[in-house]
Amino acid sequence: MTRPPLLLALQDAAPAVVPADTAWMLVATALVLLMTPALAFFYGGLVRSKNSLNTMMMSFAALGVVGIVWALAAYSLAFSEGNALIGGTANFFLNGIGLEAQGTIPQILFLIYQGTFAIITAALISGAVVERMRFGPYVAFIALWTLLVYAPMAHWVWGGGWLMTRGVLDFAGGTVVHINAGVSALVAALVLGVRKDYGRQAILPHNVPFVLLGAGLLWFGWFGFNGGSALAANELAALAFSNTALAPMATLVVWVFLDYFRTGRATAVGGATAIVVGLVAITPAAGFVSPSAALLLGGIAALPSYFVIVARSRTRLDDSLDVFAGHGIGGITGALLTGVFAEKAWNAAGADGLLAGNPAQLVTQALGVGSAIVYSAVATFALLKVLGFVTALRAAPRTEGMGMDVSQHGEEAYASGEGSILVIHEAGPDSTPAPVLTPQTAAR
Amino acid sequence: MKLIVAIIRPDRLNEVLEALYRAEVTGLTVSRVLGHGGETDRVETYRGTTVKVELQEKVRLEIGVSDPFVNVTISAIVAAAHTGEVGDGKVFVMDVEQVHRIRTGERDEGAVTPAVAV
Repeated sequence: MTRPPLLLALQDAAPAVVPADTAWMLVATALVLLMTPALAFFYGGLVRSKNSLNTMMMSFAALGVVGIVWALAAYSLAFSEGNALIGGTANFFLNGIGLEAQGTIPQILFLIYQGTFAIITAALISGAVVERMRFGPYVAFIALWTLLVYAPMAHWVWGGGWLMTRGVLDFAGGTVVHINAGVSALVAALVLGVRKDYGRQAILPHNVPFVLLGAGLLWFGWFGFNGGSALAANELAALAFSNTALAPMATLVVWVFLDYFRTGRATAVGGATAIVVGLVAITPAAGFVSPSAALLLGGIAALPSYFVIVARSRTRLDDSLDVFAGHGIGGITGALLTGVFAEKAWNAAGADGLLAGNPAQLVTQALGVGSAIVYSAVATFALLKVLGFVTALRAAPRTEGMGMDVSQHGEEAYASGEGSILVIHEAGPDSTPAPVLTPQTAAR
Repeated sequence: MKLIVAIIRPDRLNEVLEALYRAEVTGLTVSRVLGHGGETDRVETYRGTTVKVELQEKVRLEIGVSDPFVNVTISAIVAAAHTGEVGDGKVFVMDVEQVHRIRTGERDEGAVTPAVAV
Protein backbone atom coordinates (compact mmCIF):
# COMPACT_ATOMS: atom_id res chain seq x y z
CA MET A 1 0.00 0.00 0.00
CA THR A 2 2.65 2.47 -0.90
CA ARG A 3 0.42 4.52 -3.16
CA PRO A 4 -3.07 4.81 -1.73
CA PRO A 5 -3.69 8.27 -3.23
CA LEU A 6 -3.05 6.93 -6.74
CA LEU A 7 -5.42 4.03 -6.21
CA LEU A 8 -8.03 6.44 -4.93
CA ALA A 9 -7.45 8.61 -7.94
CA LEU A 10 -8.08 5.70 -10.22
CA GLN A 11 -11.24 4.71 -8.40
CA ASP A 12 -12.81 8.08 -7.81
CA ALA A 13 -14.43 10.14 -10.51
CA ALA A 14 -12.52 13.26 -9.50
CA PRO A 15 -8.76 12.63 -9.85
CA ALA A 16 -6.42 13.92 -7.19
CA VAL A 17 -2.91 15.34 -7.29
CA VAL A 18 -0.36 12.84 -5.95
CA PRO A 19 2.60 14.45 -4.14
CA ALA A 20 5.15 11.78 -5.11
CA ASP A 21 4.23 12.01 -8.78
CA THR A 22 4.30 15.78 -8.62
CA ALA A 23 7.76 15.75 -7.02
CA TRP A 24 9.19 13.56 -9.78
CA MET A 25 7.53 15.55 -12.54
CA LEU A 26 8.88 18.82 -11.14
CA VAL A 27 12.39 17.37 -11.43
CA ALA A 28 11.70 15.78 -14.81
CA THR A 29 10.50 19.10 -16.22
CA ALA A 30 13.69 20.83 -15.14
CA LEU A 31 15.71 17.99 -16.68
CA VAL A 32 14.00 18.29 -20.06
CA LEU A 33 14.40 22.08 -20.04
CA LEU A 34 18.16 21.55 -19.58
CA MET A 35 18.25 19.52 -22.80
CA THR A 36 17.89 22.65 -24.91
CA PRO A 37 21.00 24.41 -23.53
CA ALA A 38 22.68 21.00 -23.83
CA LEU A 39 21.71 20.89 -27.49
CA ALA A 40 23.14 24.40 -27.87
CA PHE A 41 26.52 23.06 -26.71
CA PHE A 42 26.24 19.95 -28.88
CA TYR A 43 25.45 21.99 -32.00
CA GLY A 44 27.64 24.95 -31.01
CA GLY A 45 30.73 22.79 -30.81
CA LEU A 46 30.08 21.24 -34.21
CA VAL A 47 30.13 24.51 -36.18
CA ARG A 48 32.96 26.90 -37.01
CA SER A 49 33.87 29.41 -34.30
CA LYS A 50 32.56 32.37 -36.34
CA ASN A 51 29.06 30.82 -36.20
CA SER A 52 29.11 29.30 -32.73
CA LEU A 53 27.09 31.97 -30.89
CA ASN A 54 24.45 32.09 -33.61
CA THR A 55 24.13 28.32 -33.52
CA MET A 56 23.76 28.30 -29.74
CA MET A 57 21.31 31.21 -29.88
CA MET A 58 19.11 29.21 -32.26
CA SER A 59 18.53 26.75 -29.41
CA PHE A 60 18.23 29.43 -26.73
CA ALA A 61 15.74 31.39 -28.86
CA ALA A 62 13.42 28.37 -28.78
CA LEU A 63 13.44 28.54 -24.96
CA GLY A 64 11.78 31.93 -25.24
CA VAL A 65 9.66 31.99 -28.37
CA VAL A 66 8.48 28.38 -28.57
CA GLY A 67 7.80 28.33 -24.83
CA ILE A 68 5.50 31.34 -25.11
CA VAL A 69 3.74 30.05 -28.25
CA TRP A 70 3.21 26.77 -26.43
CA ALA A 71 1.69 28.34 -23.34
CA LEU A 72 -0.57 30.75 -25.24
CA ALA A 73 -1.90 28.54 -28.03
CA ALA A 74 -0.04 25.39 -29.06
CA TYR A 75 -0.77 23.51 -25.82
CA SER A 76 -4.49 23.94 -26.36
CA LEU A 77 -4.25 22.77 -29.98
CA ALA A 78 -2.36 19.67 -28.84
CA PHE A 79 -4.07 18.62 -25.63
CA SER A 80 -7.51 20.19 -25.18
CA GLU A 81 -10.72 18.51 -26.34
CA GLY A 82 -10.94 18.56 -30.11
CA ASN A 83 -11.43 16.28 -33.09
CA ALA A 84 -9.18 13.54 -34.47
CA LEU A 85 -6.89 16.02 -36.24
CA ILE A 86 -6.52 18.99 -33.91
CA GLY A 87 -7.33 20.01 -30.35
CA GLY A 88 -9.61 22.85 -29.43
CA THR A 89 -9.12 26.44 -28.36
CA ALA A 90 -10.47 25.96 -24.84
CA ASN A 91 -7.07 26.52 -23.20
CA PHE A 92 -5.87 29.41 -25.38
CA PHE A 93 -4.01 32.09 -23.40
CA LEU A 94 -3.69 29.72 -20.42
CA ASN A 95 -7.45 29.81 -20.04
CA GLY A 96 -8.71 27.24 -17.56
CA ILE A 97 -5.21 26.02 -16.70
CA GLY A 98 -4.99 25.65 -12.95
CA LEU A 99 -3.70 23.46 -10.19
CA GLU A 100 -6.34 20.76 -10.45
CA ALA A 101 -5.16 17.28 -11.38
CA GLN A 102 -4.35 16.28 -14.92
CA GLY A 103 -3.72 12.59 -14.31
CA THR A 104 -2.07 12.80 -10.93
CA ILE A 105 -0.11 16.04 -11.33
CA PRO A 106 -1.27 19.66 -11.43
CA GLN A 107 -2.38 20.68 -14.90
CA ILE A 108 -0.02 23.67 -15.07
CA LEU A 109 2.91 21.32 -14.43
CA PHE A 110 1.72 19.06 -17.26
CA LEU A 111 1.58 22.09 -19.56
CA ILE A 112 5.11 23.20 -18.69
CA TYR A 113 6.46 19.65 -18.92
CA GLN A 114 5.00 19.28 -22.43
CA GLY A 115 6.26 22.78 -23.26
CA THR A 116 9.87 21.69 -22.70
CA PHE A 117 9.28 19.01 -25.38
CA ALA A 118 7.99 21.55 -27.88
CA ILE A 119 11.03 23.75 -27.20
CA ILE A 120 13.66 21.09 -27.81
CA THR A 121 11.86 19.75 -30.88
CA ALA A 122 11.93 23.14 -32.62
CA ALA A 123 15.54 23.69 -31.56
CA LEU A 124 16.57 20.33 -33.06
CA ILE A 125 15.69 21.55 -36.55
CA SER A 126 18.22 24.38 -36.32
CA GLY A 127 21.07 21.91 -36.86
CA ALA A 128 20.10 21.63 -40.53
CA VAL A 129 20.19 25.36 -41.27
CA VAL A 130 23.13 26.60 -39.19
CA GLU A 131 25.81 28.93 -40.56
CA ARG A 132 23.47 30.48 -43.15
CA MET A 133 19.88 31.12 -42.00
CA ARG A 134 19.08 34.65 -40.86
CA PHE A 135 18.12 34.89 -37.20
CA GLY A 136 14.84 36.79 -37.58
CA PRO A 137 13.26 34.44 -40.15
CA TYR A 138 14.51 31.48 -38.07
CA VAL A 139 12.70 32.75 -34.98
CA ALA A 140 9.52 33.31 -37.00
CA PHE A 141 9.88 29.83 -38.47
CA ILE A 142 10.15 27.97 -35.15
CA ALA A 143 7.23 29.93 -33.67
CA LEU A 144 4.93 29.10 -36.60
CA TRP A 145 6.28 25.56 -36.89
CA THR A 146 5.34 24.87 -33.26
CA LEU A 147 1.80 26.00 -33.97
CA LEU A 148 1.29 24.41 -37.39
CA VAL A 149 3.41 21.25 -37.31
CA TYR A 150 4.28 20.30 -33.74
CA ALA A 151 0.91 20.93 -32.04
CA PRO A 152 -1.19 18.91 -34.53
CA MET A 153 1.21 15.96 -34.43
CA ALA A 154 1.35 16.01 -30.62
CA HIS A 155 -2.46 15.91 -30.72
CA TRP A 156 -2.50 12.96 -33.13
CA VAL A 157 -0.22 10.83 -30.99
CA TRP A 158 -0.79 11.98 -27.41
CA GLY A 159 -3.79 14.31 -27.29
CA GLY A 160 -6.50 11.85 -28.34
CA GLY A 161 -6.00 12.24 -32.09
CA TRP A 162 -6.33 9.61 -34.79
CA LEU A 163 -2.92 7.92 -34.37
CA MET A 164 -3.58 7.48 -30.65
CA THR A 165 -6.93 5.79 -31.30
CA ARG A 166 -5.27 3.45 -33.80
CA GLY A 167 -2.86 2.28 -31.11
CA VAL A 168 0.44 3.73 -32.33
CA LEU A 169 2.96 3.36 -29.51
CA ASP A 170 5.14 6.40 -28.89
CA PHE A 171 6.21 6.48 -25.28
CA ALA A 172 8.10 9.77 -25.13
CA GLY A 173 8.09 11.27 -28.59
CA GLY A 174 9.93 9.21 -31.18
CA THR A 175 7.32 10.25 -33.74
CA VAL A 176 6.20 13.64 -32.46
CA VAL A 177 9.66 14.89 -31.54
CA HIS A 178 12.32 13.05 -33.47
CA ILE A 179 10.82 11.93 -36.77
CA ASN A 180 9.01 15.25 -36.90
CA ALA A 181 12.15 17.33 -36.26
CA GLY A 182 14.35 15.10 -38.44
CA VAL A 183 12.10 15.27 -41.49
CA SER A 184 11.51 19.01 -41.05
CA ALA A 185 15.27 19.46 -40.83
CA LEU A 186 15.76 17.58 -44.09
CA VAL A 187 13.18 19.75 -45.83
CA ALA A 188 14.64 22.94 -44.32
CA ALA A 189 18.13 22.00 -45.54
CA LEU A 190 16.76 21.45 -49.05
CA VAL A 191 14.83 24.74 -49.10
CA LEU A 192 17.73 26.77 -47.68
CA GLY A 193 20.36 25.21 -49.94
CA VAL A 194 24.00 24.41 -49.25
CA ARG A 195 26.37 26.67 -47.35
CA LYS A 196 28.66 28.54 -49.72
CA ASP A 197 31.74 26.68 -48.47
CA TYR A 198 30.04 23.27 -48.41
CA GLY A 199 31.92 20.68 -50.43
CA ARG A 200 34.56 23.28 -51.36
CA GLN A 201 36.58 23.55 -48.19
CA ALA A 202 36.93 21.74 -44.90
CA ILE A 203 34.24 22.78 -42.44
CA LEU A 204 35.33 21.37 -39.10
CA PRO A 205 33.88 21.37 -35.57
CA HIS A 206 35.47 24.24 -33.67
CA ASN A 207 35.13 22.76 -30.18
CA VAL A 208 34.82 18.99 -29.79
CA PRO A 209 34.81 19.17 -25.95
CA PHE A 210 31.60 21.25 -26.26
CA VAL A 211 30.11 18.47 -28.37
CA LEU A 212 30.90 15.90 -25.67
CA LEU A 213 29.61 18.20 -22.93
CA GLY A 214 26.38 18.69 -24.85
CA ALA A 215 25.93 14.95 -25.46
CA GLY A 216 26.49 14.22 -21.77
CA LEU A 217 24.00 16.85 -20.64
CA LEU A 218 21.47 15.64 -23.23
CA TRP A 219 21.70 12.14 -21.77
CA PHE A 220 21.19 13.55 -18.26
CA GLY A 221 18.16 15.57 -19.37
CA TRP A 222 16.76 12.63 -21.30
CA PHE A 223 16.04 10.80 -18.02
CA GLY A 224 13.38 13.45 -17.48
CA PHE A 225 12.24 13.17 -21.09
CA ASN A 226 11.66 9.40 -21.03
CA GLY A 227 11.36 8.72 -17.30
CA GLY A 228 8.98 11.66 -16.94
CA SER A 229 6.78 10.43 -19.78
CA ALA A 230 5.32 7.93 -17.31
CA LEU A 231 3.80 11.10 -15.79
CA ALA A 232 4.15 9.46 -12.38
CA ALA A 233 6.80 8.22 -9.94
CA ASN A 234 6.10 4.54 -10.47
CA GLU A 235 7.45 1.27 -11.90
CA LEU A 236 6.87 2.47 -15.45
CA ALA A 237 9.06 5.52 -14.83
CA ALA A 238 11.78 3.24 -13.48
CA LEU A 239 11.55 1.05 -16.60
CA ALA A 240 11.73 4.01 -18.99
CA PHE A 241 14.55 5.54 -16.95
CA SER A 242 16.60 2.32 -16.98
CA ASN A 243 16.05 1.76 -20.68
CA THR A 244 17.22 5.34 -21.29
CA ALA A 245 20.48 4.43 -19.58
CA LEU A 246 20.93 1.07 -21.33
CA ALA A 247 20.11 1.75 -24.99
CA PRO A 248 22.65 4.56 -25.62
CA MET A 249 25.36 2.46 -23.94
CA ALA A 250 24.87 -0.17 -26.64
CA THR A 251 24.68 2.43 -29.41
CA LEU A 252 27.89 4.03 -28.18
CA VAL A 253 29.81 0.75 -28.22
CA VAL A 254 28.51 -0.39 -31.61
CA TRP A 255 29.11 3.03 -33.17
CA VAL A 256 32.67 3.24 -31.89
CA PHE A 257 33.37 -0.22 -33.32
CA LEU A 258 31.91 0.84 -36.68
CA ASP A 259 34.14 3.93 -36.58
CA TYR A 260 37.11 1.80 -35.66
CA PHE A 261 36.63 -0.72 -38.44
CA ARG A 262 35.87 1.90 -41.08
CA THR A 263 38.53 4.51 -40.27
CA GLY A 264 40.86 2.79 -37.83
CA ARG A 265 40.06 5.35 -35.10
CA ALA A 266 37.46 5.65 -32.34
CA THR A 267 36.33 9.27 -32.70
CA ALA A 268 34.97 11.59 -30.03
CA VAL A 269 32.47 13.30 -32.32
CA GLY A 270 31.29 9.83 -33.36
CA GLY A 271 30.85 8.81 -29.73
CA ALA A 272 28.85 11.94 -28.92
CA THR A 273 26.65 11.39 -31.98
CA ALA A 274 26.12 7.75 -30.99
CA ILE A 275 24.79 8.73 -27.57
CA VAL A 276 22.22 11.03 -29.13
CA VAL A 277 21.17 8.42 -31.71
CA GLY A 278 20.74 5.81 -28.96
CA LEU A 279 18.64 8.22 -26.90
CA VAL A 280 16.48 9.05 -29.91
CA ALA A 281 15.93 5.39 -30.74
CA ILE A 282 14.87 4.35 -27.23
CA THR A 283 12.51 7.33 -26.85
CA PRO A 284 9.37 5.74 -28.40
CA ALA A 285 10.15 2.35 -26.83
CA ALA A 286 11.33 3.34 -23.34
CA GLY A 287 8.18 2.34 -21.44
CA PHE A 288 7.12 -0.56 -23.63
CA VAL A 289 10.14 -2.88 -23.90
CA SER A 290 12.26 -4.95 -21.54
CA PRO A 291 15.72 -3.74 -20.46
CA SER A 292 17.41 -6.48 -22.48
CA ALA A 293 15.39 -5.44 -25.55
CA ALA A 294 16.53 -1.84 -24.89
CA LEU A 295 20.18 -2.93 -25.10
CA LEU A 296 19.48 -4.76 -28.35
CA LEU A 297 17.47 -1.88 -29.76
CA GLY A 298 20.25 0.58 -28.92
CA GLY A 299 22.86 -1.57 -30.62
CA ILE A 300 20.80 -2.07 -33.78
CA ALA A 301 19.93 1.64 -33.98
CA ALA A 302 23.59 2.55 -34.50
CA LEU A 303 23.68 0.97 -37.96
CA PRO A 304 21.15 2.91 -40.08
CA SER A 305 22.07 6.32 -38.66
CA TYR A 306 25.79 5.63 -39.01
CA PHE A 307 25.60 4.73 -42.67
CA VAL A 308 23.16 7.52 -43.53
CA ILE A 309 25.64 10.02 -42.05
CA VAL A 310 28.49 8.53 -44.07
CA ALA A 311 26.42 8.60 -47.28
CA ARG A 312 24.87 12.04 -46.66
CA SER A 313 28.21 13.78 -46.33
CA ARG A 314 29.05 12.71 -49.89
CA THR A 315 25.97 14.35 -51.37
CA ARG A 316 24.99 17.94 -52.06
CA LEU A 317 22.43 17.75 -49.26
CA ASP A 318 23.71 20.11 -46.60
CA ASP A 319 21.83 18.90 -43.52
CA SER A 320 24.75 20.50 -41.75
CA LEU A 321 24.67 18.73 -38.39
CA ASP A 322 22.92 15.56 -39.63
CA VAL A 323 19.63 16.14 -37.87
CA PHE A 324 17.86 13.83 -40.30
CA ALA A 325 20.35 10.98 -39.89
CA GLY A 326 20.36 11.33 -36.10
CA HIS A 327 16.77 12.18 -35.27
CA GLY A 328 14.85 11.22 -38.40
CA ILE A 329 16.50 7.87 -39.08
CA GLY A 330 17.07 7.21 -35.35
CA GLY A 331 13.42 8.00 -34.66
CA ILE A 332 12.15 5.78 -37.48
CA THR A 333 14.37 2.90 -36.33
CA GLY A 334 13.14 3.32 -32.75
CA ALA A 335 9.46 3.60 -33.70
CA LEU A 336 9.62 0.46 -35.87
CA LEU A 337 11.64 -1.52 -33.32
CA THR A 338 9.05 -0.57 -30.69
CA GLY A 339 6.65 -2.61 -32.80
CA VAL A 340 9.12 -5.49 -32.70
CA PHE A 341 10.15 -5.54 -29.04
CA ALA A 342 7.08 -4.23 -27.16
CA GLU A 343 5.72 -6.58 -24.48
CA LYS A 344 2.54 -6.31 -22.45
CA ALA A 345 4.40 -8.20 -19.74
CA TRP A 346 6.38 -5.00 -19.08
CA ASN A 347 3.60 -2.49 -19.65
CA ALA A 348 0.01 -3.70 -19.61
CA ALA A 349 -1.15 -0.39 -21.06
CA GLY A 350 1.10 -0.94 -24.08
CA ALA A 351 0.86 -3.70 -26.67
CA ASP A 352 2.65 -6.84 -27.74
CA GLY A 353 5.04 -6.46 -30.64
CA LEU A 354 6.26 -8.78 -33.39
CA LEU A 355 8.45 -10.90 -31.10
CA ALA A 356 5.58 -11.33 -28.65
CA GLY A 357 3.46 -12.71 -31.47
CA ASN A 358 1.67 -9.57 -32.68
CA PRO A 359 3.03 -8.54 -36.11
CA ALA A 360 0.10 -6.15 -36.55
CA GLN A 361 1.76 -3.74 -34.09
CA LEU A 362 4.67 -3.34 -36.51
CA VAL A 363 2.21 -2.31 -39.23
CA THR A 364 0.58 0.16 -36.83
CA GLN A 365 4.01 1.62 -36.01
CA ALA A 366 4.78 1.96 -39.73
CA LEU A 367 1.52 3.87 -40.16
CA GLY A 368 2.61 6.30 -37.44
CA VAL A 369 6.03 6.73 -39.03
CA GLY A 370 4.61 7.21 -42.53
CA SER A 371 2.03 9.79 -41.57
CA ALA A 372 4.55 11.73 -39.48
CA ILE A 373 6.97 11.85 -42.43
CA VAL A 374 4.33 13.01 -44.90
CA TYR A 375 2.72 15.68 -42.72
CA SER A 376 6.00 17.01 -41.40
CA ALA A 377 7.56 17.25 -44.87
CA VAL A 378 4.58 18.88 -46.57
CA ALA A 379 3.76 21.35 -43.79
CA THR A 380 7.37 22.41 -43.23
CA PHE A 381 7.94 22.87 -46.95
CA ALA A 382 4.83 25.05 -47.30
CA LEU A 383 5.71 27.09 -44.21
CA LEU A 384 9.28 27.79 -45.37
CA LYS A 385 8.12 28.68 -48.90
CA VAL A 386 5.62 31.20 -47.54
CA LEU A 387 8.21 32.68 -45.16
CA GLY A 388 10.74 32.81 -47.99
CA PHE A 389 8.23 34.74 -50.04
CA VAL A 390 7.88 37.34 -47.28
CA THR A 391 11.58 37.72 -46.46
CA ALA A 392 14.99 36.32 -47.37
CA LEU A 393 15.69 33.18 -45.33
CA ARG A 394 19.40 33.15 -46.06
CA ALA A 395 22.17 35.56 -45.26
CA ALA A 396 24.02 37.09 -48.22
CA PRO A 397 27.21 35.23 -49.22
CA ARG A 398 29.41 38.07 -47.87
CA THR A 399 27.60 37.92 -44.53
CA GLU A 400 27.92 34.16 -44.48
CA GLY A 401 31.66 34.51 -45.10
CA MET A 402 32.02 37.04 -42.29
CA GLY A 403 30.21 34.70 -39.94
CA MET A 404 26.77 34.75 -38.38
CA ASP A 405 27.94 35.77 -34.89
CA VAL A 406 29.13 39.20 -35.90
CA SER A 407 26.46 39.76 -38.55
CA GLN A 408 23.39 38.54 -36.65
CA HIS A 409 24.30 39.26 -33.04
CA GLY A 410 27.14 41.82 -33.05
CA GLU A 411 29.21 39.59 -30.81
CA GLU A 412 32.10 37.20 -31.11
CA ALA A 413 32.36 33.94 -29.17
CA TYR A 414 36.06 34.38 -28.57
CA ALA A 415 36.64 38.13 -28.63
CA SER A 416 40.21 39.13 -27.84
CA GLY A 417 39.44 42.78 -27.33
CA GLU A 418 42.49 43.71 -29.42
CA GLY A 419 41.72 46.64 -31.65
CA SER A 420 38.44 47.37 -29.88
CA ILE A 421 37.70 50.85 -28.70
CA LEU A 422 35.22 51.56 -25.93
CA VAL A 423 32.38 53.78 -27.12
CA ILE A 424 31.64 56.52 -24.57
CA HIS A 425 28.67 58.58 -25.50
CA GLU A 426 29.13 62.32 -25.72
CA ALA A 427 26.09 64.46 -26.34
CA GLY A 428 26.91 66.14 -29.63
CA PRO A 429 25.37 69.41 -30.82
CA ASP A 430 23.05 67.58 -33.19
CA SER A 431 21.85 65.01 -30.71
CA THR A 432 18.22 65.24 -29.74
CA PRO A 433 17.60 66.26 -26.13
CA ALA A 434 19.17 63.16 -24.77
CA PRO A 435 17.09 60.96 -22.52
CA VAL A 436 18.96 58.41 -20.44
CA LEU A 437 21.84 57.58 -22.75
CA THR A 438 22.52 53.94 -23.22
CA PRO A 439 25.51 52.53 -25.01
CA GLN A 440 23.09 51.16 -27.60
CA THR A 441 21.93 54.59 -28.63
CA ALA A 442 25.55 55.71 -28.76
CA ALA A 443 26.40 52.87 -31.05
CA ARG A 444 24.15 54.14 -33.79
CA MET B 1 63.66 36.99 -57.24
CA LYS B 2 61.08 38.81 -55.17
CA LEU B 3 59.30 38.53 -51.87
CA ILE B 4 55.56 39.00 -52.27
CA VAL B 5 53.64 39.98 -49.14
CA ALA B 6 49.88 40.01 -49.44
CA ILE B 7 47.32 41.10 -46.84
CA ILE B 8 43.91 39.59 -47.60
CA ARG B 9 40.54 38.87 -46.01
CA PRO B 10 40.45 35.64 -43.96
CA ASP B 11 37.35 34.46 -45.82
CA ARG B 12 39.17 34.74 -49.16
CA LEU B 13 42.13 32.64 -48.02
CA ASN B 14 40.83 29.39 -49.46
CA GLU B 15 40.14 30.96 -52.83
CA VAL B 16 43.62 32.52 -52.90
CA LEU B 17 45.32 29.25 -51.95
CA GLU B 18 43.34 27.51 -54.67
CA ALA B 19 44.39 30.12 -57.24
CA LEU B 20 48.04 29.89 -56.20
CA TYR B 21 47.92 26.12 -56.41
CA ARG B 22 46.49 26.36 -59.94
CA ALA B 23 49.26 28.82 -60.87
CA GLU B 24 51.77 26.24 -59.59
CA VAL B 25 53.08 28.57 -56.94
CA THR B 26 54.22 26.31 -54.15
CA GLY B 27 55.76 27.23 -50.83
CA LEU B 28 54.35 30.05 -48.79
CA THR B 29 53.89 31.25 -45.22
CA VAL B 30 50.51 32.27 -43.83
CA SER B 31 49.89 34.20 -40.64
CA ARG B 32 46.83 35.67 -38.97
CA VAL B 33 47.23 39.38 -38.36
CA LEU B 34 45.15 42.35 -37.25
CA GLY B 35 44.92 45.43 -39.40
CA HIS B 36 42.90 48.33 -40.62
CA GLY B 37 42.35 49.34 -44.22
CA GLY B 38 39.77 52.08 -43.93
CA GLU B 39 36.71 49.85 -43.78
CA THR B 40 33.72 50.79 -41.64
CA ASP B 41 34.15 49.97 -37.98
CA ARG B 42 32.17 47.08 -36.67
CA VAL B 43 30.16 47.72 -33.51
CA GLU B 44 29.74 44.99 -30.92
CA THR B 45 27.80 45.12 -27.67
CA TYR B 46 28.34 42.93 -24.61
CA ARG B 47 25.67 43.70 -22.02
CA GLY B 48 26.16 47.41 -21.43
CA THR B 49 29.57 47.67 -23.05
CA THR B 50 29.66 48.84 -26.64
CA VAL B 51 32.91 48.68 -28.55
CA LYS B 52 34.05 49.66 -32.00
CA VAL B 53 36.27 47.00 -33.47
CA GLU B 54 38.81 49.03 -35.39
CA LEU B 55 41.32 46.30 -36.17
CA GLN B 56 39.97 43.60 -38.43
CA GLU B 57 41.31 40.10 -38.74
CA LYS B 58 43.41 39.70 -41.87
CA VAL B 59 45.66 37.05 -43.28
CA ARG B 60 49.20 37.75 -44.41
CA LEU B 61 50.85 35.63 -47.08
CA GLU B 62 54.59 35.67 -47.66
CA ILE B 63 55.81 34.09 -50.87
CA GLY B 64 59.33 34.04 -52.28
CA VAL B 65 59.23 33.65 -56.08
CA SER B 66 61.62 33.62 -59.01
CA ASP B 67 61.28 36.45 -61.51
CA PRO B 68 59.13 34.64 -64.10
CA PHE B 69 56.60 33.91 -61.38
CA VAL B 70 56.18 37.40 -59.97
CA ASN B 71 53.32 38.51 -62.20
CA VAL B 72 51.65 35.10 -62.16
CA THR B 73 51.57 35.17 -58.39
CA ILE B 74 50.34 38.75 -58.12
CA SER B 75 47.49 38.25 -60.57
CA ALA B 76 46.43 35.00 -58.91
CA ILE B 77 46.21 36.73 -55.53
CA VAL B 78 44.48 39.85 -56.81
CA ALA B 79 41.90 37.91 -58.79
CA ALA B 80 41.08 35.52 -55.96
CA ALA B 81 41.06 38.04 -53.08
CA HIS B 82 38.95 40.68 -54.85
CA THR B 83 35.44 41.41 -53.60
CA GLY B 84 35.25 45.08 -54.58
CA GLU B 85 34.54 46.34 -51.09
CA VAL B 86 36.79 48.37 -48.82
CA GLY B 87 39.13 46.09 -46.90
CA ASP B 88 40.13 43.67 -49.65
CA GLY B 89 43.79 44.14 -48.76
CA LYS B 90 47.09 44.85 -50.52
CA VAL B 91 49.95 43.14 -52.27
CA PHE B 92 53.53 44.32 -51.67
CA VAL B 93 56.43 43.22 -53.85
CA MET B 94 59.98 43.53 -52.52
CA ASP B 95 63.44 42.84 -53.80
CA VAL B 96 65.25 40.05 -52.04
CA GLU B 97 69.01 40.07 -51.50
CA GLN B 98 69.57 36.43 -50.71
CA VAL B 99 67.57 33.25 -50.14
CA HIS B 100 68.95 30.08 -48.56
CA ARG B 101 67.17 26.78 -48.48
CA ILE B 102 68.14 25.40 -45.09
CA ARG B 103 67.77 21.72 -45.93
CA THR B 104 69.97 21.61 -49.04
CA GLY B 105 71.97 24.79 -48.84
CA GLU B 106 70.60 25.87 -52.26
CA ARG B 107 70.70 29.60 -52.84
CA ASP B 108 68.60 32.31 -54.40
CA GLU B 109 66.61 31.32 -57.51
CA GLY B 110 67.18 27.67 -56.65
CA ALA B 111 65.62 28.15 -53.24
CA VAL B 112 62.31 29.86 -54.14
CA THR B 113 59.16 28.98 -56.04
CA PRO B 114 59.51 27.20 -58.30
CA ALA B 115 62.78 25.35 -58.11
CA VAL B 116 62.80 25.25 -61.92
CA ALA B 117 61.07 28.04 -63.79
CA VAL B 118 58.63 26.86 -66.43
